Amino acid sequence: MTHHQPHLDPSPRVSDEIRRTTCYMCACRCGINVHLKSGKVSYIEGNRDHPVNKGVLCAKGAAGIKQITAPSRLHAPLKRVGPRGSGAFEEISWDEALALAVSWMKPLQDTAPEKLAFFTGRDQSQSLTSFWAQGFGTPNYAAHGGFCSVNMAAAGIYTIGGAFWEFGQPDWDHTKLFVLFGVAEDHDSNPIKMGIGKLKGRGAKVIGVNPIRTGYNAVADDWYGITPGTDGLLILSLIHCLLEAGKIDLPYLAQWTNAPCLVGGDGLLLRGEDGKLLVVDAATGQPAAFDAPGVQPDLGAVWQGSRTVFQHLAERYLAPDNAPEAVADRVGITAPRIRALAAELAHAAFDQTITIDQPWTDFRGTQHATMVGRPVSFHAMRGISAHSNGFQTARALHLLQILLGTVETPGGYRFKPPYPKPFDAHPVPHIMPRECGPLAGPHLGYPRGPEHLALLEDGTPARIDKAFSWENPLSAHGLMHMVIANAHAGDPYRIDTLFLYMANMAWNSSMNTAATMDMLTAKDDAGEYVIPRIIYSDAYASEMVAYADLILPDTTYMERHDCISMLDRPISEPDAAGDAIRWPVVEPDRDVRGFQSVLIDLGARLALPGFVDAEGAPKFKDYADYITRHERRAGVGPLMGWRGDGNQTGRGAPNPDQLDRYIENGGFFQAHVPDAARYFKPWNRAYQDWAVEMGFYDRPQPYLFSIWSEPMRRFQAAAEGHGDRQPPQALRARLKQAMDPLPIWYPPFGDAAAAGYPVHALTQRPMAMYHSWGSQNAWLRQIHGRNPLYLPTRIWEEHGFAAGDWARVTSPNGEIVVPVEHMAALNPHTVWTWNAIGKRKGTWGLDADAPEATKGFLLNHLISELLPEQGDGLRWSNSDPVTGQAAWFDLRVRIERVDARDEALPAFHPLPDLGEPS
Amino acid sequence: MTQLPTHTQKKLGLVIDLDTCVGCHACVTACKGWNDQTYGAPLSDQNPYGSDPSGTFLNRVHSYQVQPDDAPAQIINFPRSCLHCDDAPCVTVCPTGASYKRAEDGIVLVNEDACIGCGLCAWACPYGAREMDADAGVMKKCTLCVDRIYNENLPEEDREPACVRTCPTGARHFGDLGDPDSAVSQLVAQRGGYDLMPDLGTKPTNKYLPPRKKDRPQEASLLAPLLDIQATGFAGWLDRVLGKI
Repeated sequence: MTHHQPHLDPSPRVSDEIRRTTCYMCACRCGINVHLKSGKVSYIEGNRDHPVNKGVLCAKGAAGIKQITAPSRLHAPLKRVGPRGSGAFEEISWDEALALAVSWMKPLQDTAPEKLAFFTGRDQSQSLTSFWAQGFGTPNYAAHGGFCSVNMAAAGIYTIGGAFWEFGQPDWDHTKLFVLFGVAEDHDSNPIKMGIGKLKGRGAKVIGVNPIRTGYNAVADDWYGITPGTDGLLILSLIHCLLEAGKIDLPYLAQWTNAPCLVGGDGLLLRGEDGKLLVVDAATGQPAAFDAPGVQPDLGAVWQGSRTVFQHLAERYLAPDNAPEAVADRVGITAPRIRALAAELAHAAFDQTITIDQPWTDFRGTQHATMVGRPVSFHAMRGISAHSNGFQTARALHLLQILLGTVETPGGYRFKPPYPKPFDAHPVPHIMPRECGPLAGPHLGYPRGPEHLALLEDGTPARIDKAFSWENPLSAHGLMHMVIANAHAGDPYRIDTLFLYMANMAWNSSMNTAATMDMLTAKDDAGEYVIPRIIYSDAYASEMVAYADLILPDTTYMERHDCISMLDRPISEPDAAGDAIRWPVVEPDRDVRGFQSVLIDLGARLALPGFVDAEGAPKFKDYADYITRHERRAGVGPLMGWRGDGNQTGRGAPNPDQLDRYIENGGFFQAHVPDAARYFKPWNRAYQDWAVEMGFYDRPQPYLFSIWSEPMRRFQAAAEGHGDRQPPQALRARLKQAMDPLPIWYPPFGDAAAAGYPVHALTQRPMAMYHSWGSQNAWLRQIHGRNPLYLPTRIWEEHGFAAGDWARVTSPNGEIVVPVEHMAALNPHTVWTWNAIGKRKGTWGLDADAPEATKGFLLNHLISELLPEQGDGLRWSNSDPVTGQAAWFDLRVRIERVDARDEALPAFHPLPDLGEPS
Repeated sequence: MTQLPTHTQKKLGLVIDLDTCVGCHACVTACKGWNDQTYGAPLSDQNPYGSDPSGTFLNRVHSYQVQPDDAPAQIINFPRSCLHCDDAPCVTVCPTGASYKRAEDGIVLVNEDACIGCGLCAWACPYGAREMDADAGVMKKCTLCVDRIYNENLPEEDREPACVRTCPTGARHFGDLGDPDSAVSQLVAQRGGYDLMPDLGTKPTNKYLPPRKKDRPQEASLLAPLLDIQATGFAGWLDRVLGKI
């Protein structure tokens, strides 16, 4: 046949309309263009104007089109009619559902508000949900940070006034060496991928420190396949090498950190009569306030026997037990490789200095002609923080950044407004012990010392999750993973109603999943449920639905308003503050309501403060109305853009047209940081003044980085017997160690019970599902529908595994039987699998024979929420002792080869399909 | 048998950077989303919520392990789609003329009206780049988003394939590989871009950029201690280090 070309229309019509909103396929908050044809979503692409993703979009984002038609969507409120856990429900009306919820909540509000525990698995509406819970008066509120990455957040706030991801990011345009510690495959999805693309484009080096070499680590130029739980040991050894060679940024330490502050005999820093931190001025040899004009802090000073923080830290980390040769075996990286990494850090920081021609003035009034920076940047996440030594490890990483002079300098790590914000500019935790009425402030905060613990008069925890107790004093995000276990045990007390939003606690969000299901269904001697009432809101038929008594069905993310707020988790970039909205680009076709609007309705029915007007009538029609008219402080509301007459930013009266202006602008707003304010933000007058103007805080608040952490020292001192508020005897030794005011490393707690369990076991979410609510997505499950346990070559060969084999995996907590595969690019003592691919039969709109429900599995069954008893008769939470972060990655197992099977174990009876008929 | 054009005015194609691809599958679903609703029949899914879901994709990403003798094992993420070959065996094997290569830009397409679903082209393609749509019974393949790249209903900056527009790491590049001065040709020249299985003689237009060498010995020399701390003690170290301020 001769060459022949048919006619082709090169310009077909693309769509009827584009509506620009914010993605919610994960937590990254990218801008999306939603194309509609005949009123239905036809295509989703990234919004080129949007600051987060600048037009690109990940696999999840484009697959969102399948999320809004998924057969797993719930379609009406449900009331349980069978035994809890059976999945037997009847549909009820919204009026009936809300009246039922109020009939349960109102008596608690009036008599015992702590008996309502309200926890949300997602935190993009935390400023609303926490405000609601404050009004209700329960101390029992938090979002999901406790089982996610609170170690990272809290260590960052307490050390530098911000952490990774939400709080800041590498200076992608200038950095020359980028080091990733323990970051799962697709964390911070598009921003990190775009950043890596930039680095690759100009030949900058990327180093991955991770037991598993997939995702970002697969493209890293160099890979350190570290043994899990030893990152802190590696980091302190790098610090040892840098100190030994004098490769540290002394002027940076002297000017911007508490390195020159003087450690008193009580372990606290010396202060002047005005309460200000003291340094010794090198010019006079006399003590002076740290912020005195022209002061030159002396790192080497000794004042009346008190040495500087710098001397304490140098002495500690120069000690031979931090040398590479001393740690290599435990870390799983040879000493020459550790020394090589230290040399690369020093080379990038001190031999490749960056200078930006931009004058600026610091808080002492000193003028600087340029902005000089050290182009080394880091990023880290759950891989280092989901260990029981994670808080101190994250602190160690921040110390490394500080010693290299790479925080808030060109080429290093940059804060995103409203950060920087030091711990003492945050609230402290609020409780109302055994009283009714609204709390005086937010539940979650940053304790400065034992006086801020949330304890009752008898010293027992005020909160059901024991957050801010001696078990985990700085639990800034609460401990969602302990709520069900504690409520079941009645420890510290019993509750009445558990109210959950988007949290799959009967499956992949709980440790010890099978036991958690038992706790949710357990009955007391009288035949009543131990946790009497459970209310749950979700858009989809997740495993948790069957364990609730009342279901409030949520919309999908394209069917509701949302607010990505400066009061919560905004979309700022280092050079601009930004916030955003979601809005209903399509209307729900089912009897469902956006959870936030439902919460506002409940708030009005319960007459919570802020939700009713002076006459007691509902103050807001719905969430959209709340976003527009709610004011947290006078003139400061959920959204910063187009306030007042439409021309005011940050501060201004509510503007009824505000949401329309956001929609016109593509769903977001940005306020740009002035040029002179772009770097050195914690100490930069121009930045501080701009932040006050924007409403982030009400007066300038320059501060020094806390290499020496005074709050930690106060808790450590208490553990040593000082002060009125004393910890239980059994916790003293642990607190003395964990609350060290300088970063330390100690073995993960799981190690103590791990004799006979020589292998580390980890999970991560795959690229196309990270942070994704619902892997039942028709396209994505074709990409990642199975999760074998990946075994390194050493274990594969030692046990004689072959393709198609299965293994029994045993931990101190239990066993699972699962399919395995070989993977060479893996730490030789580590196995891993994709998390949350495994589903329970009947859930998520999947057929009962779906591979997710037959061969899919969770490691959660192997992880106990409690540590083993250690001879004192007590079992402590399997969490970081500082923050209470769930120590998921302390898991140790042993592996045995078994015959191939059709289904993974443990198996659970199928649940009825509660989603829409497909 | 169907003839290829004797010459094409352009050689439009993709350059895919294996050094940068993190294997995120963004290109896979962006491609599926766009091509589900425009060129020819939709890309159907069979058993999408069942035991063995399978659907039509014009672009897939595979991950391979590489185990060098002298370095740790690596993972290479490898996106795979039609390479728009100059000597496309999928065209010449087509009994109806449905498969064809465009003279103006070299894009290989399937005219679905003429496709009888015999599958010969998929058999002939050595790259596995064609997929029969089980619902429509016609052969589907990458169109290089021919309905985007010239589409006057799209803003000019969006006239590129959906996979290129969406790629978060910028690992995918689109342009005229027949023009040695084009950005993509320059990139191929700089980075040693290569043809997939060149010995087959298919002359693919798409090029792959190889991963840069990994796990090299580091360039910075090891750090020398300021002095022998064991001998001088901490005070000696402190004096030495602070003398540098």
